[in-house]
Amino acid sequence: MTNVLTIACKEIQEGTRNRWVLATTLLMAALALTLTFLGSAPTGTVGVNRLDVVIVSLSSLTIFLVPLIALLLSHDAIVGEMERGTMLLLLSYPIGRREIVFGKFLGHLAILAFATLFGYGVAAIALMATGSEIAPESWRAFASMIASSIMLGAVFAAIGYLTSSLASERTTAGGIAIGVWLFFVLIYDMALLGGLVAAQGQTIPTGVLNAFLLANPTDVYRLLNLGSGGASTLSAMGGVAEYTGLSSPVLLVALGFWALAPLGFATVIFSRREL
Amino acid sequence: MNETVQVSGIAKRYGKSTVVRDVSFTLRAGETVALVGHNGAGKTTLIKLMLGLIRPTNGTVRVLGEDPATGDFAVRQRLGYLPESVSFNMALSGRETLRFYARLKRVDATAAQELFERVGLAKEAVDRPVRTYSKGMRQRLGLAQALLGAPRILLLDEPTSGLDPALRRNFYDLIAELRGKGTTVLLSSHALTELEGRTDRLIIINNGVAIADGTLDDLRRIAQLPTRISVKLSQIDAAPKWANGGMNWRRSVDGVLDAEILPDRKIRLLHDITADAALISGLTITEPTLDDLYAHFLKAQVTK
Repeated sequence: MTNVLTIACKEIQEGTRNRWVLATTLLMAALALTLTFLGSAPTGTVGVNRLDVVIVSLSSLTIFLVPLIALLLSHDAIVGEMERGTMLLLLSYPIGRREIVFGKFLGHLAILAFATLFGYGVAAIALMATGSEIAPESWRAFASMIASSIMLGAVFAAIGYLTSSLASERTTAGGIAIGVWLFFVLIYDMALLGGLVAAQGQTIPTGVLNAFLLANPTDVYRLLNLGSGGASTLSAMGGVAEYTGLSSPVLLVALGFWALAPLGFATVIFSRREL
Repeated sequence: MNETVQVSGIAKRYGKSTVVRDVSFTLRAGETVALVGHNGAGKTTLIKLMLGLIRPTNGTVRVLGEDPATGDFAVRQRLGYLPESVSFNMALSGRETLRFYARLKRVDATAAQELFERVGLAKEAVDRPVRTYSKGMRQRLGLAQALLGAPRILLLDEPTSGLDPALRRNFYDLIAELRGKGTTVLLSSHALTELEGRTDRLIIINNGVAIADGTLDDLRRIAQLPTRISVKLSQIDAAPKWANGGMNWRRSVDGVLDAEILPDRKIRLLHDITADAALISGLTITEPTLDDLYAHFLKAQVTK
């Protein structure tokens, strides 16, 4: 365990030194603030709780941004160190390969968590400062949105580790990472939508739709945040969520699985790899 | 002397190509051994096998009595390794880098700081990011991490490449000091001339096969390479008796006689030459260099 923490600390140290932490936090804060004030302008001061509006817009932002940041951080983690030659030295130390993967993952997760918490936190604080009344349920929804955003980051970081342990070159890993991002974030939903249109209103069995939604971690995230509470009415996701009947615990388990399975595979592949 | 590393009948194949085949040797405490061979001969692969980073296709490796590829990592705590062209994370400073490795090896951080002085990394450089380091400074940082925790075995892959002559001497002084403390030092190199007088033993690797293993004197004896003797005569046209003893003496204009002589006849000839000291004004004996030895063993393997 000490080794895992040592590796994680070094990863965080590197992240702060090469400005990754600063850059991602600032980026997320800037986008969150923009969405908070510009995004809610059209709604004006209607009855809707303003933080709910923010949750909807930030969730949509998360689906694009967090996977991208996570993949950028992680795709280089294993193959990059191998290419630079630092992995060879590290492996000659009394440390297991599993510990290296978990330690790095933990470090990257900490960076992501920091950036999300502070970047999005700024938006909530700014709302409070402008004197909006925020209901306790909205706060809870906001907190769970941040927590699930971090989980989504963990999922894509784990996928990044898997590509990093598979690829033989950094550039290959980067290419695969971009492909993964495009697939899950853009192409998948378009294809799903296209499929639904092609079905021409025929009812799709719940089981099939559930499987399709659970097979994409960004959809799981979307259902989790937009499927219930004040956000569901705002985002029109409520209808889908009601139809699927997937409860929050199920969705959380699905996200957890999406994080642990690629990480497990990455560990196994890295352990077998010869230098 | 107790054995620290035992390699027996080891072979390593990557797909169809065999990188190392049937190599066996033993390293003992307090011994400095040079692993010599051209680029791609299998030196780095052998070192990786000893570190347990890769597993042998055949044969066994024992480091401090254990298999380095399996088992717990206790062995690695007593092992220092300097990879060929060592690299570190560029953003961190030398001090942070060494602290990280010290933590992994469970070495006290303050003890680690003393290593900077030992390897001669300047105080003002220690807190600068590694990005700003020269090749020599990086090599010294690499050496500092290898020395963490007073290892019993040091595996150094091309440790002196990129070091200037002063640093090189500094490095070999350090090795001599470690040898005195009973550390096994294995260093791979292809800079043969600088190894002379600095290693106890030589293992020559070619195409993955160990073609020679022994002390420098052993290898000289086996190789039977001729010694070059040149005698400067006190009188240019003198004809000493020993000069027509069946050897091929070459005489140059300024009265210098040159001949190549096999080791078994060397002493007698020298005795004859020096018997009449008045005849000669100078005497130079050139033993075969390591380069000559290396070339000899390579050629011997080809003709075998």
